[in-house]
Amino acid sequence: MSDILKYTAAELGKKIRERKVSVKEAVDAVMERIRTVEPKINSYVTVDEDGAYAQAEEIQKKIDTGEFTGPLAGVPVAVKDNLCIRGGLTTCGSKILSGFKPTYTAEAVCKIQKAGAVIIGKTNMDEFAMGSTTETSFYGPTKNPHNTEHVPGGSSGGSCAAVAAQECYCALGSDTGGSIRQPSSFCGVVGMKPTYGTVSRYGLVAYGSSLDQIGPIAKDVTDCAAILETIASHDPKDSTSVDRGSYSFTEALRDDVKGLKIGIPRDYIGDGLDEEVRRAVMQAARVLEERGAEVETFDLGLVKYAIPAYYTIASAEASSNLERFDGVKYGYRADGYDGLHNMYKKTRSEGFGEEVKRRIMLGSFVLSSGYYDAYYLKALRTKALIKQEFDRAFQKYDVILGPAAPTTAPRLGSSLSDPIKMYLGDIYTISVNLAGLPGISVPVGRDGKGLPVGMQLIGNVFQEETLLRAAYTYECATGKQYEAPAAGLGKGE
Amino acid sequence: MAKQYETVIGLEVHIELATKTKIFCGCSTEFGGAPNTHTCPVCTGMPGSLPVLNRQVVEYALAIGLATNCKITQVCKFDRKNYFYPDNPQNYQISQLYLPIARDGFVEIDTPSGKKKIRIHEMHMEEDAGKLVHDEWDDTSLVDYNRSGVPLVEIVSEPDMRSADEVIAYLEKLRMIVQYLGASDCKLQEGSMRADVNLSVREAGTDSLGTRTEMKNLNSFKAITHAIEGERARQIELLEAGKDVVQETRRWDDNKEHSYAMRSKEDAQDYRYFPEPDLVPIVISDEWIAQVKARQPELRTEKLERYKKEFDIPQYDAEIITESKRMADIFEAAAAICKKPKKVSNWLMVETMRLMKEYGTEADRLSFSPENLAKLIDLVDDGSISGSVAKKVFEQVFLHDADPEKYVEEHGLKVENDEAALEETVRKVLSDNPKAVEDYRGGKEKALGALMGQTMRAMKGKANPATVNRMLRELLKSE
Repeated sequence: MSDILKYTAAELGKKIRERKVSVKEAVDAVMERIRTVEPKINSYVTVDEDGAYAQAEEIQKKIDTGEFTGPLAGVPVAVKDNLCIRGGLTTCGSKILSGFKPTYTAEAVCKIQKAGAVIIGKTNMDEFAMGSTTETSFYGPTKNPHNTEHVPGGSSGGSCAAVAAQECYCALGSDTGGSIRQPSSFCGVVGMKPTYGTVSRYGLVAYGSSLDQIGPIAKDVTDCAAILETIASHDPKDSTSVDRGSYSFTEALRDDVKGLKIGIPRDYIGDGLDEEVRRAVMQAARVLEERGAEVETFDLGLVKYAIPAYYTIASAEASSNLERFDGVKYGYRADGYDGLHNMYKKTRSEGFGEEVKRRIMLGSFVLSSGYYDAYYLKALRTKALIKQEFDRAFQKYDVILGPAAPTTAPRLGSSLSDPIKMYLGDIYTISVNLAGLPGISVPVGRDGKGLPVGMQLIGNVFQEETLLRAAYTYECATGKQYEAPAAGLGKGE
Repeated sequence: MAKQYETVIGLEVHIELATKTKIFCGCSTEFGGAPNTHTCPVCTGMPGSLPVLNRQVVEYALAIGLATNCKITQVCKFDRKNYFYPDNPQNYQISQLYLPIARDGFVEIDTPSGKKKIRIHEMHMEEDAGKLVHDEWDDTSLVDYNRSGVPLVEIVSEPDMRSADEVIAYLEKLRMIVQYLGASDCKLQEGSMRADVNLSVREAGTDSLGTRTEMKNLNSFKAITHAIEGERARQIELLEAGKDVVQETRRWDDNKEHSYAMRSKEDAQDYRYFPEPDLVPIVISDEWIAQVKARQPELRTEKLERYKKEFDIPQYDAEIITESKRMADIFEAAAAICKKPKKVSNWLMVETMRLMKEYGTEADRLSFSPENLAKLIDLVDDGSISGSVAKKVFEQVFLHDADPEKYVEEHGLKVENDEAALEETVRKVLSDNPKAVEDYRGGKEKALGALMGQTMRAMKGKANPATVNRMLRELLKSE
């Protein structure tokens, strides 16, 4: 049975279509794995065992009758807990959504359901996706499967850890400032943030609406492409969703980067970058160069302005998006309040965690009258200028290469005490969201402690195919980098 | 000598648009309905739901903007207005601040000293909030989101009005324009048109503006008039006493005819407006504007002129008829069918107005079809029914949109052309009223009227008055 767990999603899907493995067997394997490792990892907020078996039966029938023929049919998938699924608990890692069960399903989840994936459960996350460690969850921190004394990264830490620990075959995450790419890097899996507008945000509980994108987290680039192809759609329910015309992410998987122009921003490999991470990423760049890509370093402007611009815009939007959590309609309501105002105050004081409150206050401040121009408007202008910097870079390069994070996964408990330092950790991922670009994180090795290192490839808007091709070529050249942690889950037990 | 004061008034008018569905979701906008039955995840602010703009809202707003001589903002967008209140499910309202759809317009009103332009500062689109229901018995508040997400436009005027009369004239003008466009029914009582009054006073002859107050909860023209008069007096009294007017929002209590301070400028909320990230900017092309312009129905002023020319009806009649789009529509359609515009006009001016008064209804609510009015006119004209019967039949048309032909048939109201039967009745009337007969023969022409009346009554109105008249004269002469 443990053999089944080693498959990628595509491999498992193939075995299921060939009737070599049943959907139930796949779910059995995952459930057993969850029972074994979940107490140590805490990837999930909710594991829907009954639901998974019910789905398995239905899906098996539809595979048998030939209704489901796609690569994800029968494959157990995990979904980040900020994506709504009709009738299922959706917590966003927050107390304030206690007991909240939406009456609708996120469009991206509908897409994987229609492709025949089995949804195993909802994964843990930083509260409302605010954090880089998955430690701000009301449901306790998730731990890095490669070393449980370390964080998995965040905010999609639960999804990335679940994939890495073989508690599912692939997962959906969301990425507002690096929340897919950074934990993918920390957990040694492949994670992609698509171009803004590629995947419908309908049913994704918003954090920073103009930056949020849903994306795939997988064991390899092939799975990543298959999931992206499944979830990408032009959805009339999301006005910011884009009609991309024709595309094929799976056909983009070619082992060929000849003539591909790759630029490495000097600011991405300079001060503040961990030496071991730098070495692994530069080695990966060399691999692509050997395969025929033209690699050079260049100056990408305004890198240092990305973090303040991001935290201004994302917090502003978040402060407004989170206003609806007030105890009136659903979720948590404080006891023993005195009147409406006090009910709001007590509910929100008790329902939100520290990091969420910090960003609500920050966001409310930058939008308040008298400060709007100086902060919010200035951040919007900075965002536009950063986009221009990328536009200029993409006149010259097809792909921008760098690390996904300045370090490997930090130890549990070492980040939250210094939020500014934690925010600075987002330096390489954040501008991609500000500019609405696609980015992918691919595992490229490990540091001395055995913790995974991720390389980030950034493309111009709608150039996911180029990114997938470069990532796939790297994978072909080096063999798959994804490696499940040993049954004992590495150190820290 | 006492100082002379001038009142300076600007209005913020909210109008509910007549779309079938809400501004950002597919829920019905129908008034009423059991609480929370016209709702979905979007208009109840569920997490993860997203707004999608209803194109018809932009279309109506565009039509109103063009009809009020505004400049259209061809790339406009929505902003979020943040404030906590349970009737507002997201705790922010999607509105427009930075780039409203229309700006810098005006409408013209009639004042005793001639025409006057009231400038429009801007008009923006936004969503309505839900409704709170307070249960005093349980000491709880319940919320109904049926109205949440109903589309509104807010029209903000410049402080160009100087009296309650001008305010009412401006509101009537706006209402007429919007009704003619079919963009809203504009009913103050039902809240589909709401006006907040910004008012300040200053010494006559000065240019600078005084401190203003904003008055809310004005549900009728009467309330608006009283509130303006009351607030003017209150502010003057303060100034005369050497006190300052405080910039504040006041709530009008129509029962007590008095206003109360709701919140002062110091407690004014900071709405933290910022661009709505869930919606993309609306691009209004020249073509779109041209299309809306082309579809623009004839407005009242043009209609009035045309009626006078085309139908040759008096100015006064044309004014009354065009005051309501509904009545004008009935007039034109009925006139087109029976080809007797003057008669149609008479029925509208006399009987319709009388019945409207009797049943306490408004011209906008007239529910009879022009076909049935036209039929009625034809029945009178071809002598099938008498004038008095016609009035009775019309009441049925007015109330139930009855088909006059059927009604006359079913109730046996048709004029009887059986001259023998009529002659018998006339003879009986003459023998029963010797005094009147004598009077007539003695030269009192008026006595004929009494005999006419008696005969018509005896015939239950089913006689052709002309025939009765002729027969009476003949018989009175012969005997």
